[in-house]
Order: sequence, then C-alpha cells, then structure tokens
Amino acid sequence: MTAKQLFPWIAGAALIALPFVYREPYHLHILILILIWSFAYTSWSMMGRFGLVSLGHGGFMGVGAYVTALLWNHLGLSPWIGIPIAMAAAALLAVIVAYPCFRFRITGHYFVLVTLALSGIVLQVITATRDYTGGSLGYTPDRTKGSQLWALQFDDKVTWYLIALGVWAVGLVIWKWVDRSMDRYALEAISEDEDAAAAAGVNVTWEKLKITLISALMTALAGALYCQYQMFISPDTVSGISVSLQMVFAVIVGGLYVSLGPTIGAVITILLAEGLRIGFGTKAVGWDNLVYGVLLVVFIIFLPKGILGSILDRLKTARKV
Amino acid sequence: MTEIFDIYLLEAMVNGILLGGVLALLALGLNLIFGVIDVTWICYAELVMIGMYGMYYLVQVFGLPYYVAAPFTILLVAGLGALLHLLVIAPLLSAPPINQLLATGGVLFVLQSFATVAFGIDFRNLGIRMPVLKFAEMHFSYSRLLAFAAALIGMLLVYFFMKKTFVGTAIRAISQDRQIMALMGVDTRRIYLITSALGGALAGLAACLLVLQYDIHPFVGLSFGPITFLICVLGGLGNFVGGFVAAFVFAEIISLGGLFSDLEWGYVLAFAFFIVMMFIRPAGLLARRS
Repeated sequence: MTAKQLFPWIAGAALIALPFVYREPYHLHILILILIWSFAYTSWSMMGRFGLVSLGHGGFMGVGAYVTALLWNHLGLSPWIGIPIAMAAAALLAVIVAYPCFRFRITGHYFVLVTLALSGIVLQVITATRDYTGGSLGYTPDRTKGSQLWALQFDDKVTWYLIALGVWAVGLVIWKWVDRSMDRYALEAISEDEDAAAAAGVNVTWEKLKITLISALMTALAGALYCQYQMFISPDTVSGISVSLQMVFAVIVGGLYVSLGPTIGAVITILLAEGLRIGFGTKAVGWDNLVYGVLLVVFIIFLPKGILGSILDRLKTARKV
Repeated sequence: MTEIFDIYLLEAMVNGILLGGVLALLALGLNLIFGVIDVTWICYAELVMIGMYGMYYLVQVFGLPYYVAAPFTILLVAGLGALLHLLVIAPLLSAPPINQLLATGGVLFVLQSFATVAFGIDFRNLGIRMPVLKFAEMHFSYSRLLAFAAALIGMLLVYFFMKKTFVGTAIRAISQDRQIMALMGVDTRRIYLITSALGGALAGLAACLLVLQYDIHPFVGLSFGPITFLICVLGGLGNFVGGFVAAFVFAEIISLGGLFSDLEWGYVLAFAFFIVMMFIRPAGLLARRS
C-alpha cells in the first residue's frame, strides 16, 4: 500500500481512538454536531455536484426528524423502526416532487424554485399541525431513563460520537461508490447537456431520480440523527428554506466537487458560529449569519470551487509544473 | 346561516383581490429583473424588509409624514437594487445561472442578519391605524384598499414607462434578445443598472404599502418572499401578464384557504397548487405548450 491508500485508514483509526483519549464533553459535542451536519451537507452535494441544486432538503430533513419523533411519542415505535419509516417517507416525497420535475424537464431556476416550494410546504405543515408537532415552539421526543439502545437515547457523548462518525463515514463511502459507478458519468453528461446525454442513450429521468432518492434518504437520516442526539427539534432548526440555504452555503464554502468539501464546510460554519457565540455572547446574535452571507457571496464570485476544491486544484497544478 | 357564510366568503374573496395587488407588484419587479438580466433575486423580499425599516425610521424616528417618507424609501431601495447589481450580479454575469441565484441567497443572509444586528429582533410598527371600511356587512381595512390602489398605479406607471420612453423600449428589446441589442449600440450595462434600480423601486413601493399591514422584523421577508417567487414561476419567469394573473390566483387560494382553516393551510394549499401546476404547465400559466 502506498501512503495515499494508507492515509484514510490511519485518519479513521485516529478519529475512532479520539474519544477514548480525550473526552471533554463540550468539544465532543461540537465534534458530534460537525459530523451530523457534515453528513447532511454531503447528502445535499450528492445532487448538487451534478447541477441539481435543490432548496428542498430542509423539507427532507424535517420529515426525517419529525416522523421519527412523532412515531416514538405517539405510537411508541422505536427509532430503529421509525427512522427507516421516516426515510421512506422522505423518499416518497422526493419521488412525488422529483419524478414529474425530471419527466417534464424542469431544470435550472425552475427546479430550484419547485424544491423551494417543497421546503415551504413541509415547514407550513409542521407549523399548522401544531396540536401534534408543537408548531414553531419545537418538539421533544419522550425521554427514557438513562441510556437505552432500543430508544436510541444515550447519555454519554462517546456513544453518540461513534454513531455520528460511523454515519459520516458511510456518507463518504456512498460518495466514493457514486464516484466509481457508471452513473457518475451519466449524471455528469446530463449536467453538461441533457439532450446530448439522452441522445447517447442515457436514461435521463431515471439517473436523476436515482441520485435524488439517495440524497433524500441520506438527508432524512441526518434529520433523524440530529433529533435523537439533540432531543429537541423545531421547524427553524431542521426544516424550511433557511436550513436549505444553510446547506448550500456550507457546501459552497467547503467545496462542492470534492468528497471532503461538505465536511470542511461544516467545520468552518460550526466553528465560526460557536466562536462568535463564545466570543461575543448574546451580542453575537445575527453576526454569524452576516459573516456567512458575506462569505457566501465572496466565495461564489472569487472561489466557486470552495476552499478545499481550490486547494486541491493548486496542489495538482503545482505538481504538474 | 348560509347568508352569513356567503358574506364571509365574499369578504375573503375581496380581501384576496386586495392582497393580490401587492403580490402582483412584487412579482412585476422580480419578473422585470428576470426578463431583462436573466437573474432571480432570491433576496427580493429582504429588500422590501429593508425598505420597511426605512419607512419606520423616517416616520417614527425622524417624524416625517407618511407621504413624504414614501418617496425617500422608494429611492433608498432603488439605490440598494442598483448597488446589488453592481456588487454581486455584475461580476457574475458570465457565471452559471445557478451561481447568481446562490449569490443572491447569500445577500438574503446578509440583509436578514444586518437587520438583526442593526435594528434588533423586536417587532415594530408605524403606529398608523387606518380606519376600517364597512360595506354591506363586510369589513375592509383602508390600508389594504390603499395598497391595492397604489400597487395598480405603480404597475400602470411601469407599463407607460416601458411603452412610451426610449429607455423602456430598450429594456423591452433587451429582454427579447440579449446579444443582438448590444450590437445595435445599446449600452447593456446601463440598461441593466436602470432595470435593477427600477426593480428596487418597485420593492420600495411595496415596502411602503406592506408596512401598513405587517409588523416589521428582520424575518418579515420570509412571510411573502417565497410566495412571490412561486407567483413568478407560475406565471412564467419574465412573463409580466402571467405574473399578474398568477398573483391574484395565489392570493385567492391563500385568502379562501385561510377562511376555511388556519392561515398556514392556505399557504400549504397554495404551495401544493403550485407544484401541481408546474407539472401541468411547466412554462407558466399563460405559456403555449410546445
């Protein structure tokens, strides 16, 4: 094995060993949040990297979180069953909206705005059914006493860290798997020119639907995980247009076209928000989003490939020279 | 029993039409920018929000009368529109359209959090209470009637500007063919800038009207922003007449849906209607099917 092949294994082992060596709860908490959001951002980029810019992912995330919590509270269904149901619900939603979109060739601006309507619908439904979901005040899954595997509730951060790490790693594996498949070439061809791709024998509708389904399933899982970890969800934190925009923002900053780009985006955005919160306390309200917004605009204008993407590009050209 | 119900229904329908006027104004501004520059300003409703704060400060803090403050606000937002074009859109004109859309998404964040930082998250209002008009057992607030009338006048002014002036003609020509007009000696940069300012001015006018009906807070844009985009898409992006019709269809759905249940369900219904319509008429309500 060369050093390049060895590196992911060493990094992985180091990440697994980390909580056994260092277990300061606050830092672990930040790491868990970074891992969960990295997974969500990676799910978004599954579609985004092929030009399918969706603002509906806040909707999928909301479905993942709320369906899991509602099934647990009202029917007593364990999250082990509830999460697959929530993911299936998000997938169904994705098919209902995406299939006609792809079939009738709704692309570009129109696709973005249709998906925007989707996250609007999910947000409004959660707010309107406030008798069950708590509306904009948020919702808390019923607590069990202590850690329970069946209820997927754990008191210690180490367990959560390992779960989040595992899910995040699975996200990267799916990314690599898509990267090596034929679908990637088909989707890249589609994002360049749909007509040409169709003429070359690519089943445009089916290929786009496949990647959308993968993306929606993963996003719903991220929402459910976030809900189980935080034990509190509200429409503002897991659904709606601002969450969708937050995903887009983090991915653009990190780098859309490289597998670790969304992760870098999550690291930067969460550390920025936490840093501002600690540094300025309540005075910082609004400042983090102000910095986000300015960065987003600056990045799109000057560094459209994101931080990691641009660094990797530099390294590549440097090596060639 | 049925008679009372009918009165409520009628009242909701008329209120829907009145709401439609302001939505149509917003849709016109967005369509204008899309039609000419081929960019969607995701942050359009946030410009309106800044305009509403402008009105608040001019009227409440500096003590100007409403009708004096309104022109200043319109100018302010028109300036913001031009600035947005110069700083964000102009450098991205040759970038993929999605990047322009996302960049204005960033501006949305900036404006929202700027308002949070600068003005705080308290709800504010102008403190102007307009009388309520009673007509045949129905109640309509004057603020809505005023908004409707002003929106119609604003739209007529834009119509005459586009039809009767040289610049208006140039704008319409550019929206038909972007490349050729540059060859015909039209300064596209200047036209883009004027269009952006005009779009901003429409947002400013909408701000002056909405400030009478809504409390002002940094996230107020979210309560009518998404609806405006959906209206534009439903009418066909860049299609002025389509946007006008779609605004009233949407306003009626929200108003009537809200009558039978909560206001949120009115919105859910409107969003669902939008998605269904996208599949039936992807290019907009009035477009011919190809």
